[in-house]
Amino acid sequence: MSELERHSYDVLVIGAGGAGLRAAVEAREAGLRVAIICKSLFGKAHTVMAEGGAAASMGNVNDNDNWMVHFRDTMRGGKFLNHYRMAELHAKEAPDRIWELETWGALFDRTKEGKISQRNFGGHEYPRLAHVGDRTGLELIRTMQQKIVALQQKDGKQYASMESNVKVFAELTITDILKENGRVSGAYGYWRESGAEVLFEAPTVIIATGGVGKTFKITSNSWEGTGDGHALALKAGANLVDMEFLQFHPTGMVWPPSVRGILVTESVRGEGGVLTNTAGERFMFNYIPDVFKEIYADNEAEADRWYVDQDNNRRPPELLPRDEVARAINSEVKAGRGTEHGGVFLDVSKRLSAEVIKKRLPSMWHQFFELAGVDITKEPMEVGPTCHYVMGGVEVDPDSAAAVGVPGLFAAGEVAGGMHGSNRLGGNSLTDLLVFGRRAGIGAAQYFKSNGKNPVSDSAIRTAATRIQAPFDREGGENSYALHAELQEVAHNLVGIIRTASELEDAITQIADIRKRSANVSVSGGRKFNPGFHLAFDLDNMLLVAESTAKSAILREESRGGHTREDFPGMNNKWRQINHISSFDGVQVNVRQQALPALPKELFDLFDIHELEKYMTQEEIAKGGTN
Amino acid sequence: MARMLKLRIWRGDSTDGALQDVQVEVNEGEVVLDVIHRVQATQMGDLAVRWNCKAGKCGSCSMEINGKPRLACMTQVAAYGEEETITVTPLRAFPVIKDLVTDVSFNYKKAMEIPAYAHPDELAPGEARMEQIDVERSQEFRKCIECFLCQDTCHVIRDHEENKKSFAGPRFFIRIAELDMHPLDTLRNRKKTAQEEHGLGMCNITKCCTEVCPEHIRITDNAIIPMKERVVDIKYDPARWLGSKIRKRDGIV
Repeated sequence: MSELERHSYDVLVIGAGGAGLRAAVEAREAGLRVAIICKSLFGKAHTVMAEGGAAASMGNVNDNDNWMVHFRDTMRGGKFLNHYRMAELHAKEAPDRIWELETWGALFDRTKEGKISQRNFGGHEYPRLAHVGDRTGLELIRTMQQKIVALQQKDGKQYASMESNVKVFAELTITDILKENGRVSGAYGYWRESGAEVLFEAPTVIIATGGVGKTFKITSNSWEGTGDGHALALKAGANLVDMEFLQFHPTGMVWPPSVRGILVTESVRGEGGVLTNTAGERFMFNYIPDVFKEIYADNEAEADRWYVDQDNNRRPPELLPRDEVARAINSEVKAGRGTEHGGVFLDVSKRLSAEVIKKRLPSMWHQFFELAGVDITKEPMEVGPTCHYVMGGVEVDPDSAAAVGVPGLFAAGEVAGGMHGSNRLGGNSLTDLLVFGRRAGIGAAQYFKSNGKNPVSDSAIRTAATRIQAPFDREGGENSYALHAELQEVAHNLVGIIRTASELEDAITQIADIRKRSANVSVSGGRKFNPGFHLAFDLDNMLLVAESTAKSAILREESRGGHTREDFPGMNNKWRQINHISSFDGVQVNVRQQALPALPKELFDLFDIHELEKYMTQEEIAKGGTN
Repeated sequence: MARMLKLRIWRGDSTDGALQDVQVEVNEGEVVLDVIHRVQATQMGDLAVRWNCKAGKCGSCSMEINGKPRLACMTQVAAYGEEETITVTPLRAFPVIKDLVTDVSFNYKKAMEIPAYAHPDELAPGEARMEQIDVERSQEFRKCIECFLCQDTCHVIRDHEENKKSFAGPRFFIRIAELDMHPLDTLRNRKKTAQEEHGLGMCNITKCCTEVCPEHIRITDNAIIPMKERVVDIKYDPARWLGSKIRKRDGIV
């Protein structure tokens, strides 16, 4: 066997989406040598799919907005299960992170005064989303990709090569995070192109791998969303928090079948799109929950007026948080008022002119025209829920993004848990990436400066290498594509948008069975760019994630945000005080309960006491926050 | 609604390869990437193909379909006749790695050669004020999804490996144009370096790049031609011409 390829860095960033790139920029600017791992080509990460915008209370369109309003909206959206400190840091720092992008060359759409324009979105009280048409994620990823290049050019003037201090390793998969003496020492993986193995020696590792959508049959996620970071963290001894909470975006494409699940941006509703069933009824008025009755219009006339006068009218119910809208669509379809393809109608053609639609929603127009043969300037779209985002993730220290329990490990972006509670508001993920990506970069730099290097042992390398070779040494074993399809079916049918105890029990058994069989996966062909081989490792990760989700979901006997139990339909204030913590013992995922950190007094006091009474127990209210 | 499709796939690597015929089921509304995935899942587990978003937003699944550079995720099978064989081959302008996957690192190297955006020192974060109409010019080019189809089709490099060293290609001409038209960028002479260091002069505006752009960016009309015109202005100004000769670098005139 040829000699193992080795690299040594101060920090290894796994993932080159928004969070990973932002972390890499910060770590480099703090003086560290940084390696960035992309599973696909540089600049293709799933962040490019974010359409609507990045939420930050800059107050450019409505100057009543500020961090406190944003914080309140985020906590409401998450049904108060958010880690308050993450929501607080996010709301406070988001505007600076957006303005900073402008100094790196980003070009957001403008207001008449020449400031960054902001648009309305579900759950946000004021127009808050900085955007570029409906391709905001692309703008973010390109800006940061180009910022990385700018840092490389700067290094090139000072050091031997442009890549001496920041290097992008594209099309490389990490299979294990390595530890020595209880601390992170590096990571092991393989080049997707050649299949050759690679060792990274790095005492700090930042996980920024995004989501888990590919566990489900219908998803807006690309092939990369296989829960790699969730599984890497679990196996390295970190915890996952609240993995039962998955966001089913209310509007994915439903027809034709090949595009099922592809995202239809919430901006369509933000710009005035209405949802109707096959009876022509604008059904969202029937689904406004009590906790939101005061801020959402209960009649069409008022809802329509809101688009021109937001100060004197309540918001249209199409702009309720995503979990509410997804459940409503699900109920309409189940009640037989859905389209023949199992969706409902979303129509923006009646409110906006063709010209305005093409200008504000260009990629939506393009997507429907090219893929579904539908002209959204003239006809309604057919939409239905699609698995979009995981709120659960690695348990981290909010300020430093350090993973609890594993010194040297950090996590930021979708892979980290806590920030969004039980449901994420649209637009909060892009600023989450920036705020906590930066914090992870700072956290890793501080850790590195006080702890230094931690060499990798030969035995750790051998263990990791054996695992990679294994599927080639087996013959006539299971097919990874077939097992993946089975897992997606189980997750979709039994751990999906509506759950019950018996189905979850069933799911746990079936996931365990698939996991057992996956230990016997064999792959055909060689190591060179072999997707069957790649999927074998992705499958391992998805199975751990699915187990964690199903086991957390069966314990939570209430419905909240992205977790709906048919057998426990209401929200229960006692459950709001509980986080579910998943850990891995080498054999299976175990889930235990842990108390959610209580709101400190200064944040508690930002809310109207009557609102808090809807979410909190009498004892919590009486305490009035901690201090 | 399902029917069988005749698909011809190029399989091989940098040393050798050939077209292979397969029959694969195709359903209503499916795109070429769907049938490639079906072949992968049922007949050729190790068939190499790049893809990510499957919605025309990431630019990963670039390949040549019946000889035309296209995104496989945005190419409907129904656009071809029922009896027609669809032939998929890797991008011709780049070295093959395996099957439909090519080595596109050329593009990332060129990206590193374009000087980055330079923000005005005196303008603190949040202070920028720009008119929508002024940002739109650059925004058109920032729509680029880096599928590199324009690079693939550009005949300056498509069959001329020797030109790659001195030619950045349409993708990077729009990157330069984007920065050149950016209302706040402070770096001067971007057009001049486009001409002298990135091979703008080698483009003879046949508009092939514009034709294949899945984002419908008017690469030639809105980026390349305006830059060429300005470069000509600069070159025929005698004082500037003399200045440019004195500081002239090797290579392109």
